[in-house]
Amino acid sequence: MTALVLFLPPALLLFTLFVVLPIGEAAWYSGFNWNGFGSPTRWVGFDNYRFVFENKAFFTAIRNNLLIIAVSLLVQLPLALTLAIMLADRFRGAVALRMVFFLPYILAEIATGLIFSYVYDGDYGLLAAVYRWFDAEAPHLLASRTTAFPAILVVIVWKYFGFHMMLYIAALQAMDRNIVEAARIDGASRWQVLRYIVIPTLYPTIRLSVFFAIVGSLQLFDLVMPLTRGGPADSSHTMVSFLYNFGVMRMRVGFGSAVGVILFIICVTFAFTYKRWFMRNE
Amino acid sequence: MSDRIETSPFSEDGFSPAALAKGAFLVLVVVFVLTPLVATVLGGFKSLGELRVNPFGLPWEWEWENYAGILGSRRYWRLLMNSTIIATLTVATTLVVASMAAFVFAHIKFFGSAMLLNYLTMGLLFPAATAILPLFIKVRDLGLLDTYFGVILPQVAFSLAMSILLLRRFFKDLPDELLEAALVDGSSYANFFRYVTIPLSRPILATVGTITFVHSWNAYLIPLVMLNSDSLYPWPLGVMVYQGEYSTEWHLVLAFITLTIMPTVLLFFFAQKHIVAGLTAGAVKG
Repeated sequence: MTALVLFLPPALLLFTLFVVLPIGEAAWYSGFNWNGFGSPTRWVGFDNYRFVFENKAFFTAIRNNLLIIAVSLLVQLPLALTLAIMLADRFRGAVALRMVFFLPYILAEIATGLIFSYVYDGDYGLLAAVYRWFDAEAPHLLASRTTAFPAILVVIVWKYFGFHMMLYIAALQAMDRNIVEAARIDGASRWQVLRYIVIPTLYPTIRLSVFFAIVGSLQLFDLVMPLTRGGPADSSHTMVSFLYNFGVMRMRVGFGSAVGVILFIICVTFAFTYKRWFMRNE
Repeated sequence: MSDRIETSPFSEDGFSPAALAKGAFLVLVVVFVLTPLVATVLGGFKSLGELRVNPFGLPWEWEWENYAGILGSRRYWRLLMNSTIIATLTVATTLVVASMAAFVFAHIKFFGSAMLLNYLTMGLLFPAATAILPLFIKVRDLGLLDTYFGVILPQVAFSLAMSILLLRRFFKDLPDELLEAALVDGSSYANFFRYVTIPLSRPILATVGTITFVHSWNAYLIPLVMLNSDSLYPWPLGVMVYQGEYSTEWHLVLAFITLTIMPTVLLFFFAQKHIVAGLTAGAVKG
């Protein structure tokens, strides 16, 4: 039984120390006005939560997180699904195309963000060059409150659709082709096969893909930093970049912890309800 | 497998309008994906002046010194070395710690074992960002601020939940007879783990290792908060600093980006099957 005595403690210790305790401490620190030095003494009750909810930028951040989810569901998911159906069958070049579409997913968010800050640059960028072809003045997309976040949304689709496509391809390849064959022999058209057999078999994967899109939205931070840092005028924050900008950068431990606790509650509530409602049998 | 029966309504043969539409759509997506990447690599070969007027085409004058200058700098290699140290130690620690715990959860039932597994699985529910400030204070109080381990240990802790789940499922699926026979022959659990479980589990260890490595290699938030010294920065922090210093000289920034993402791209081309399988399987089963 030495295995039991020696094998479990390292995992439990690391997990408790660096995952569980910090989230508990976040709840405790969120009751203080504290800059992180010495020990927290200025108890302010729920004031930090009030400050968070009085902060307009926080609601912009929530709206942006919801926009990411909307774009993921309305643009990225159909795109990924269409490509998966196109590329699940073997034809010359299908595997190479899958790899090309998956490539952005393994690039670091930081590198992706910097590449697109070049693409969007109003003087040197690729987009500016396209505008010049038409003798038009190039916009500085990332410097405008109305266009900065939509520009980030495009990058999100660029970076993540390949991952969702791969999920669908894996599911399509695991699918029983005899059913498709039988339906075809019985005279079903290709579109009928797609609508009534292929898509329904993919429902569990679609639910999984939606889950990842929403979890990804709640965590999104790295992409925002190289592109806009949340600006201009705090118009392009996500909840995590809001936390970083207003909590970590200014060492407002209480305020930042309050944002963290709110984010924690959203994440946990979402994970539980989604798994209970939509993924019960999986 | 009978490849003749396709699941796709798009796979018409020949030059039907449907096939052409499909081809055009695929070309469009390829252009959308590759243009920024190709322009970045090529941009690193141009002068700043040329970049402005010729952003899409091949360089008129190949400026090799953009790349040569970076490759000859200690700064670039320092970043790669830091990233390699952090990612390698994160992977090694995760594999050791997670596989030991997963072994216990797979084979030994004791009072509270299900509860402990649930406890560890909680780590899947929320990102490190939620607790980043208390995490910073904890790392500082432990004296690990501005050290490699201040980054490695939190990364390991946050990768444990998924790693343990994946490893435990694989360990459980190994034939029970192996363990029974070994125990009858007087082998200890520890020896069975060391000499039977681990050698048989290479595929899943590769999967978990790949996921952990990619996450650590690309990580930004935890190193950003825990490290102050440039000399310890992994490459995502370093490339941001470089961009800050040379923000007006896009040709150099593009060359620097290209060189920092090159290890990832090369690894991907040599181990694409492993990486794709690892990252998608990990997502589906975790």
